Amino acid sequence: MEEKKQKQEFHTDAALLILVLILLVFGLIMLFSTSEYNGRVRFRDSAYYFKKQLFATALGLIVMYFVARMDYHMLTAIAPAAYGVSLILSTAVLLVGQEINGSKRWLNLGPLSFQPSEFAKMAVILFLAWQIDRTRKNTDNFWFMCGTMFTLLPIVGLVGSNNLSTAIIILGIGVVLIFVSNPRYLPFVWIGTAGAGFIAVFLAAESYRLERLAIWRNPEEYEKGFQTIQGLYAIGSGGFFGRGLGSSIQKLGFVPEAQNDMIFSIICEELGLVGASLLILVFALLLWRLCVIATHSKDLQGALLAAGIMAHMAVQVILNIAVVTNTIPNTGITLPFVSYGGTSVVFLLGEMGLALSVSSHTGQQNAYNKK
Amino acid sequence: MMTGLIGRLLYLMAFQSDYYYAKAQALHERERAIKAARGRILDANGKVLADNKTVCTVSVIHSQMKEPEKVISVLSKELGIPASEIKKRVEKVSSIERVKTNVEKTVGDTIREYGLSGVKVDEDYKRYYPYDSLASKVLGFTGGDNQGIIGLEVKYENILKGKPGKILTTTDARGVELEDMGENRQDPIPGDDLQLSLDANIQEYVQQAALKVMEEKQAERVSVLLMNPQNGEIYACVNVPEFNLNEPFKLEENQKAKGGKEKQDLLNQMWRNPCLNDTYEPGSTFKIITMSAGLEEGVVSVNDHFFCPGYKIVDDRRIHCAKRTGHGAENFVQGAQNSCNPVFIEVGLRLGVERYYKYFQQFGLLKKTGVDLPGEAGTIMHKKENMGDVELATVSFGQSFQITPIQLATTVSSLINGGNRITPHFGVMVRSADGKKAKKIPYPVETGIISEETSKTVRQILETVVSEGSGKNAKIEGYAIGGKTATSQTLPRSANRYISSFLGFAPAENPKILGLCIIHNPQGIYYGGTIAAPVIRNIFSNVLPYMGIQKKEDVQEGRKAE
Repeated sequence: MEEKKQKQEFHTDAALLILVLILLVFGLIMLFSTSEYNGRVRFRDSAYYFKKQLFATALGLIVMYFVARMDYHMLTAIAPAAYGVSLILSTAVLLVGQEINGSKRWLNLGPLSFQPSEFAKMAVILFLAWQIDRTRKNTDNFWFMCGTMFTLLPIVGLVGSNNLSTAIIILGIGVVLIFVSNPRYLPFVWIGTAGAGFIAVFLAAESYRLERLAIWRNPEEYEKGFQTIQGLYAIGSGGFFGRGLGSSIQKLGFVPEAQNDMIFSIICEELGLVGASLLILVFALLLWRLCVIATHSKDLQGALLAAGIMAHMAVQVILNIAVVTNTIPNTGITLPFVSYGGTSVVFLLGEMGLALSVSSHTGQQNAYNKK
Repeated sequence: MMTGLIGRLLYLMAFQSDYYYAKAQALHERERAIKAARGRILDANGKVLADNKTVCTVSVIHSQMKEPEKVISVLSKELGIPASEIKKRVEKVSSIERVKTNVEKTVGDTIREYGLSGVKVDEDYKRYYPYDSLASKVLGFTGGDNQGIIGLEVKYENILKGKPGKILTTTDARGVELEDMGENRQDPIPGDDLQLSLDANIQEYVQQAALKVMEEKQAERVSVLLMNPQNGEIYACVNVPEFNLNEPFKLEENQKAKGGKEKQDLLNQMWRNPCLNDTYEPGSTFKIITMSAGLEEGVVSVNDHFFCPGYKIVDDRRIHCAKRTGHGAENFVQGAQNSCNPVFIEVGLRLGVERYYKYFQQFGLLKKTGVDLPGEAGTIMHKKENMGDVELATVSFGQSFQITPIQLATTVSSLINGGNRITPHFGVMVRSADGKKAKKIPYPVETGIISEETSKTVRQILETVVSEGSGKNAKIEGYAIGGKTATSQTLPRSANRYISSFLGFAPAENPKILGLCIIHNPQGIYYGGTIAAPVIRNIFSNVLPYMGIQKKEDVQEGRKAE
């Protein structure tokens, strides 16, 4: 026992690190397979998307390394500032953002472009951890809950104005963190009811949202159900073992932007039910590790950070797969570590660094205690 | 939640897999049809009347195009199409764009030799008629997709067309074929061959005879129908002027069409087969029907005596005989020989409307013959309840109603063959392309429309019409030929347009061939006995020996030889 404890003193959570590395390698392979056609057709370079993603991954690994080495308390200390910066960036993107595929989501920084909404997710996790930790005395207070959610509203509004999916993720993170910090269950029933009512009003307010609902129920009858249908064709074509890596036909322009949100459908087509289930299993293990880190954290801040990161991962993985399998109506959510997106992978790895930081400090604390 | 999603995946990928796989497959596969070779049409002796020749279809594939300028100039030069036209095709963003069909094989080969990427030359079949205009209105022709448009080509479409095959190739979303996926090929099944009773030799000879009389008499058109009265097989069906089946959309030289519609009307007119698409007043040839009905019913016998003063008064009408001065006293056979209207009016009146109509129907005149060509016209006849004695009188000698020539030939055939109403037809046999399978085409026969005895009497009377009466111009030494002449005026009577016709058959005692010659609007002498009967004589004198029907002296030997 003593031996094991000793090891933990000097090493971060190895299981988490390995799972992340597995996802990164797998993600890059799938991204290359999926984007090869689009890269070749549009940019006459099969590795166009792959190279960009590889660069972002390398950058992300460096970020992860430094964040993991840091004491996370230093980061939560600057959380309000980070939150403020994310508000400014989200405002900036609305004004001077670069438009790609009809959405203003990118800020141009010379050769690199940057998606502030990805940064916002991390900022929100840090900010909520800081805020809840600060008011830890009365976390079961109803007004505390409202207040906490209220502080999220500016960023949700800003991001949600042109990126509904990310706003949903941010709200999801908020709800999970409040739930974690709150010993009571009943208020969540109320939140759930209120949420359902809010969604109903929200949907009814704009007819196009109802249309999305109709498309979801019967994608084959709507022209806008095209992406969904193509995704389902890809998934269904996979069968148990798939067509084999690289053999997808649906990625050849049938599934639009196959390397983005719909990448999971191509994974299903190429690797089959078995491959897709294994990927889900890896994500489940990752969430489990994050959960373990959260429960073993020496203080509330660390636990909240790990829980927030877990919430982020869980919401995004579940929503993405649910959308791709047409279990819920279509909304653009990427699959972490696998879908194409440089900013996303950098910040996701940053979050993993944060989780690793929490886990390593937990070890130290335990060791100190033993002494 | 994760379990739920795996469950959903299991549902989609295991239970719905086949559904989505099939859908996806249908989406990925592009189908290229391979035309099936159309079945040939053969004459009675196996001569090919309608054949296929290889032609090419030239297409361009936008996504594979590398040198559009060169493609435009080469195709423009080789196909003789303006460059601007080709440019449109080349620049159109589509998976495949057809530039020209029915390109001669040599031209297609030349284009292929340029080796231009994005240009596809597919081989294809085109219908080809070796005899150009022979039996044009019978055979018909095919359209751009090798589908029958008129004639036998459309009637036997299902037998001739075969089953097209297809090449299935997997493509990406832009329609570019994926090379390593291979292709799924379904071979086409060629159409079956159709063998006709029509004999190209007879048809050719008859056509010449018809052209000759049309020229001599400056007639508008001439139709000749030659058939086997025993089983309905048609040996020849000539309608001059014919048209060139290899250029069916080219009008005759003296015709100029102003608009597209006018041209189509003229073409439709040119393509008509008057033997069955048009009706006419048969005139005196129809007396055969009145004769048969009268004899069958027993209201007249061969020795009955008549007197023709040159007219007959029916109700308040005076109906003239062709011979205004009258034939005087004559028996029924002589009346037939003289083609005397009052005699046949008398027979008609003895029958009365009720019985006459019964035989009209019994002989099959009210229904179509069922000939295997499209567009057969029906009989235009008085309604029974509107028929008075005057109408009955005119019908009795073949006026005031209309039937098709094929209807007349078929009905007379049935009356002289012992009373079997046969179905006139061209198609005899369907053979598979490899010749392994052959199937005879069955046709309905209605027996007993008239008694054997009456049939024999009718044959004998009609034989005397040729040997002693108005049909003497059809006489051929050594053959017993039966027949009946007709001369009728077309409506309006004031136009002085005539139709001269002659219906003959041989040998009279056991008819093996029946011929009907109809000359429309001849100039000068227009009597059927004078101008139409010699045509049938000319044809019979050549066709009877050709068919192995011996002259009378050796009839006995001929029978034995059969």
